[in-house]
Amino acid sequence: MNETDRSDGGLTPVVDLDDVVAVVGSFPVLAGATLRADTGDIVAVRGANGAGKSSLLRLCAGLLAVTRGRASVCGIDLVTDRRAVASAVGLLGHSNGLYADLSVAENIEFRAALVGAQPHEVRAAMRRLQVDGRLGDVAVRRLSAGQRRRTALACLMVRRARLWLLDEPHAGLDTAGRDIIDEVITEAARAGATVLVATHELERSARLATRTVEIRGGQIVNADPPTTRDHGDGGGRS
Amino acid sequence: MIAAKDLRIERRSRIATNQVLPFAVVTMVLFAFALDSESVLARVAPGLVWLAVLLSMLVLVQRAAALETEDQALDALRISGVDPAAVFWGKSAALVLQLLILEAVLVAAAVILYRADVPASGIVLLVTSMGTATAGLAFVGTLYGGLAAGIAGRETLLPLLVLPVAAPVLIGATRALEAALGTGGAVTSEGWPWVGLLAVFTVTFGVAGSLAYGPLTED
Repeated sequence: MNETDRSDGGLTPVVDLDDVVAVVGSFPVLAGATLRADTGDIVAVRGANGAGKSSLLRLCAGLLAVTRGRASVCGIDLVTDRRAVASAVGLLGHSNGLYADLSVAENIEFRAALVGAQPHEVRAAMRRLQVDGRLGDVAVRRLSAGQRRRTALACLMVRRARLWLLDEPHAGLDTAGRDIIDEVITEAARAGATVLVATHELERSARLATRTVEIRGGQIVNADPPTTRDHGDGGGRS
Repeated sequence: MIAAKDLRIERRSRIATNQVLPFAVVTMVLFAFALDSESVLARVAPGLVWLAVLLSMLVLVQRAAALETEDQALDALRISGVDPAAVFWGKSAALVLQLLILEAVLVAAAVILYRADVPASGIVLLVTSMGTATAGLAFVGTLYGGLAAGIAGRETLLPLLVLPVAAPVLIGATRALEAALGTGGAVTSEGWPWVGLLAVFTVTFGVAGSLAYGPLTED
């Protein structure tokens, strides 16, 4: 995972939003949001229901158009070419994006095939999220909510995305499952990915994140300054 | 890849075989009860076959769209980097295969229930017209299924969108099938111009779907 070099020798932030407005229907779901995240950051996005957390993630994934403002993700301008960002991001939304009639392994293999990931990467992701072995052959519709969540994260893992966009990733998980998710997130950031996590879990996100921002009414109203935490031996969960 | 995924899901869920296929056959049986005349049934068999195909296709298209919307899998597909045109072609290919199996059963049902005759001289026209019409229907179904996927009330909206657009296929395919079966004294050569019309329709919607599927499935 490499940072995006600029012609001036500096580094382009992975997420760079400046006064971004996004509208769904006639409702401004983002109303002047400004956010920057650099390589290796784990940014916890907090806020009440309907504050704009999911919209922020969908905008960064290129699924939501920028109505006004300046926005780039992984150096790609979302205003002019938001579809191009697809190959660089992975999104775990409120829903898991799984096919209920396919098995765990088939879902992950399908997502892997779309991005050209290798079988050993599929096996590694399944093992890491503990959805391998007999669970791998079980149809998703027979899984618990937590197992589905872990399967969805395994699908995201095989994408090798530079930017991970996670919307309530701990939802439906037990403590052990939550710990696995946190470890996977930390490992991804350590490997060079940037992670935006929308969450209501204040205590857990405080341990996990390198930064916390709050979104209210579609605006980032409170952003902690970036830290220089090292994922290997710094603060947080590591 | 997309087609294989859709077909695998259908094989697992058995909705196409256990629900859609019986629905189509029951429709054919109900037509027979409603018309209750062998001579009339033999005369209208081609139209009834295609009407049953069209109604069953709506169920298959609803199902194909639901696969992607049930757990918001469409979002994952949209950010997978796969060309939307490839998604369109993949989903259309899966639908074509399912429709062809359905049509084979329905033609057999027409032979059994309506005493329709399939002369050897009409086989080539039968296969060609059905293949062309099926591709056209699959393109229309996939395109409008994708369009309706993100809309509330899509179950009721889809027939309203698809049926008027698919009317030329219903007409062309019925006329071609009449010629293939020799219904009402029709001869095989009368069917080929209708195949031409079906081909134009199919190419038009193939191209339109390739171009429009991406924008239509966006928020």
